[in-house]
Amino acid sequence: MTQDTAADVIIIGGGIAGLSAAYMLAKEGKSVILMERGETCGSKNMTGGRIYIHSLKQLLGTSAVAQAPLERLIVKERMSIMSTTGTTMVEYTDVHATEEDFQSYSILRSVFDAWLADKIEELGGMILTGVQVEQLVEQDGRIAGVQISGEEILADTVIAADGIHSFIAQQAGLKNDLDTDSVGLGVKEIIQLSEEKINERFSLRQGEGAAHLFLGVTQGLSGGGFIYTNRSSISLGIVVDPQELAGQEKTIYELLQEFKTRDAVFPLIQQGKTVEYSAHLVNEAGLMSVPRTLCREGLLVIGDAAGFVINMGTTIRGMDLAVWSGINAAKAILTASSAREINEMYMKYTNETIIPVMERYKRYPKLLKNPRLFKEYPTAANDMMHAVFSVDSSMVPAESIKEAWKIAKKSIGIKHLALDSWEVLRSL
Amino acid sequence: MTTKYTSIEDLLACDRFHTDEKHPHIVVDSRRCAACTSRPCLTSCPAHLYTQDLQDGSLHFDHLGCLECGTCRFVCAVMGKQGIIQWSYPKRTSGVQYRYG
Repeated sequence: MTQDTAADVIIIGGGIAGLSAAYMLAKEGKSVILMERGETCGSKNMTGGRIYIHSLKQLLGTSAVAQAPLERLIVKERMSIMSTTGTTMVEYTDVHATEEDFQSYSILRSVFDAWLADKIEELGGMILTGVQVEQLVEQDGRIAGVQISGEEILADTVIAADGIHSFIAQQAGLKNDLDTDSVGLGVKEIIQLSEEKINERFSLRQGEGAAHLFLGVTQGLSGGGFIYTNRSSISLGIVVDPQELAGQEKTIYELLQEFKTRDAVFPLIQQGKTVEYSAHLVNEAGLMSVPRTLCREGLLVIGDAAGFVINMGTTIRGMDLAVWSGINAAKAILTASSAREINEMYMKYTNETIIPVMERYKRYPKLLKNPRLFKEYPTAANDMMHAVFSVDSSMVPAESIKEAWKIAKKSIGIKHLALDSWEVLRSL
Repeated sequence: MTTKYTSIEDLLACDRFHTDEKHPHIVVDSRRCAACTSRPCLTSCPAHLYTQDLQDGSLHFDHLGCLECGTCRFVCAVMGKQGIIQWSYPKRTSGVQYRYG
């Protein structure tokens, strides 16, 4: 920090990435100003959602994480494959889910982010809310600070953690606008329901939670539905490709309502009370959307702004990566002595932690774009179940497995079955 | 409200907003929208802020109730007629304020 600078580090955006960087920097004695446009940190943020907490533990330590306002420890995974004729559900309870390294929790971001912001203030970091960064300040080709209300505020390093659109990273010339072919639109309701009812309906013990995913609920459009159990509410929503929405009659909120009121869904939430409706875009391009370089002299880009999101099919994973990238940025600033060295360290840490994970899932976006996944396969799955389980008065029972295979061949086609299987094997 | 099939008005009524009626953060050019036949904004805006006049078919937009997702920005640019000529976040603390998120 020099005479002209207001702080060592200015962080743009009070989401989980920006807060993570701020926490670590403040803890290590750096002067930090975090700027958030919302009234409080988290007031503009939403998630499905669940967070895998391995990186959060690294940031806060196990005992602090235990104090954090997380909702329920997810121990139960459900996947429902739905068609107009039926629902096939798979339920998996993982004994490893409670082990330290695998833990994930349902989370409400407005609550969690505000809590983390308080922790940063306790450590001496400054959180400015209701502040919108208009643009970056450049001096001699380097990023020297930010402009708010026409006024320049300078710092040694600026961290852009301004989310999926990241106008800041765009302004810095580090990334192009999002690839429209690879965004999903998520909408969600928070439905209040008593803790006991949730435990009962999902067969859960106190403090335990379920993640329930739904395929075939978006009327053939690319996407799916989800339910996450919070302590005393349920997060229920859908994610749909907005471009496909445009080509048809139904609005996104109508699709959400139709999903919510389906026979296989409504009993889980009935008598509940809707208390919030939210929407957010999600980047589904994976590694492809991560810019080649995430820094300029004086500027680091982290979290969603850097494209650190993985669509794993069963879940869209971004928050644990956001924490990780916040840690990486803070570590780089804490260990390096020049702006150039900070950038080198940041890219090194990123390449060691986040990129290999994203590399692993790099073929998924293509796999998940398969249109048959959202209609033909769910229909075939349920038709096969029908063949296996149903008995009527007239029919000589079919050899159910053979029958099922016939159904799959007929409704999807041998060629597509072969190609899709190949694509799946290649991607995993 | 006890949950059921819910209208968009009732969904948005659950949310807390600080409204700034004077300064729309999204500005549309009505001439461009009039010429747009695909109107991808109609079904993809989660707050249903883009509506079509039943009588003359013209496109209406209201910035109040915006959830700030930015979907319109993309679909308009790619599939529409670039009728959104300004897209920014609401100023200061106005706009949606999630309590759960």
